[in-house]
Amino acid sequence: MDAKELIARRVAREIMPGMLVNLGIGLPSMVATYVPASLGVFFQAENGVIGLGARPPEGMEDRHLTDAGGGFVSAVPGAASIDSAMSFGLIRGGHLDMTVLGGLQVDEAGHLANWKVPGKMVPGMGGAMDLVTGAARVIVAMQHAAKGQSKIVPKLTLPLTALRRVDLVVTDLAVIEPGEGGLILRERAPGVSLDEIRAATDAALVIPGEVPEMTLAD
Amino acid sequence: MKGALRPEAAAALIPEGASLMIGGFMAVGSPERLIDAIVARGVGGLTVIANDTAMPGKGIGKLISAGLVARVVASHIGLNPETQARMISGEIECELVPQGTLIERIRAGGMGLGGVLTPTGLATEVEDGKQVIEVEGKRFLLETPLRADFALIGAWQADYVGNLNYMLTAHNFNPIIALAGRTVIAEPDSIVPVGVIPPDAVKTPGVLVDHLLIRAA
Repeated sequence: MDAKELIARRVAREIMPGMLVNLGIGLPSMVATYVPASLGVFFQAENGVIGLGARPPEGMEDRHLTDAGGGFVSAVPGAASIDSAMSFGLIRGGHLDMTVLGGLQVDEAGHLANWKVPGKMVPGMGGAMDLVTGAARVIVAMQHAAKGQSKIVPKLTLPLTALRRVDLVVTDLAVIEPGEGGLILRERAPGVSLDEIRAATDAALVIPGEVPEMTLAD
Repeated sequence: MKGALRPEAAAALIPEGASLMIGGFMAVGSPERLIDAIVARGVGGLTVIANDTAMPGKGIGKLISAGLVARVVASHIGLNPETQARMISGEIECELVPQGTLIERIRAGGMGLGGVLTPTGLATEVEDGKQVIEVEGKRFLLETPLRADFALIGAWQADYVGNLNYMLTAHNFNPIIALAGRTVIAEPDSIVPVGVIPPDAVKTPGVLVDHLLIRAA
């Protein structure tokens, strides 16, 4: 299992029956693969659908039905199409139960940076600032490090996405819960030691007595 | 509704330096034939207000590639490297706005409101230069309304009086910009007799629409 699959399988376990969930493009979108249809979860794509479904069979794609990354999708029974004001009303108004987003950095205050690398990458924030501000639960799904550099840092050096503290960070090494007192190490990836996590993390971690291994969705 | 125009006649209404709100999300729901006609006409110095600038060769991306755009107000330009290159070279001035804030600024403009108060963007770069207003103990950014000279809409069906509906994820900004453009031009996939779109299914009332584009050849 590669790092991305491990992260997606762990995040999938956070999704509860009947939730309305927004998955970011890239790694977060992989989470849907591990959420059984029997949970009755509705996935929102912020470009305008509640009840996003898998890509339709070859040749049956429709140019009027895509996800927020522009990829062809289908819709599940009970789906609804909505305009952008409704879509972001759901997000900002607290009607969205969970969002899963990618991250560039998370710091000891639980703040997320994920939309801009000044001078290098200025794509625009898209829906990220609204999602982090408004979703009932915000989960960051990202690799623990990039190019050997820890993405869990003492203080953000990249531009902030939103004032709100994120609820959970799931990486290929650990599950971390930001709280009042800092970043609490909740779980280890299978076969990963506390020392390995500490060595790979620039930020200070609060380490409770028990740090069990992650359990993953099938 | 004044009638159906050929794409070149619709494009001829748009002068140099006009501001355009254009529907579409990564070109899904964008009025492609109208955009082609604007590119053919070649009027420049345009301001484009839209969710994104699509990608080269699609939707708003065609206006960017043709060098007709001087200013962009959008939430995301990341999938169009030409927009980014022209922004960095200074050819295009770019205002990046959180998506939920952008659509509400357009809604406020179209619905006669003096702005919106949103928590999105507080304490970020988006807050720079803006008023922070406290309401019932919570802080919000004051975001100002947006209007434009033209709203260019991609619709699914139109009827003879200009009532519009939209399909699936091609709604996006279209129903909202319909109120915020001083002149509204809609490009439907098909034009149907009055009554085919039942009153309950009309998403944009025809009274808001100035011109339809004639059917595709």
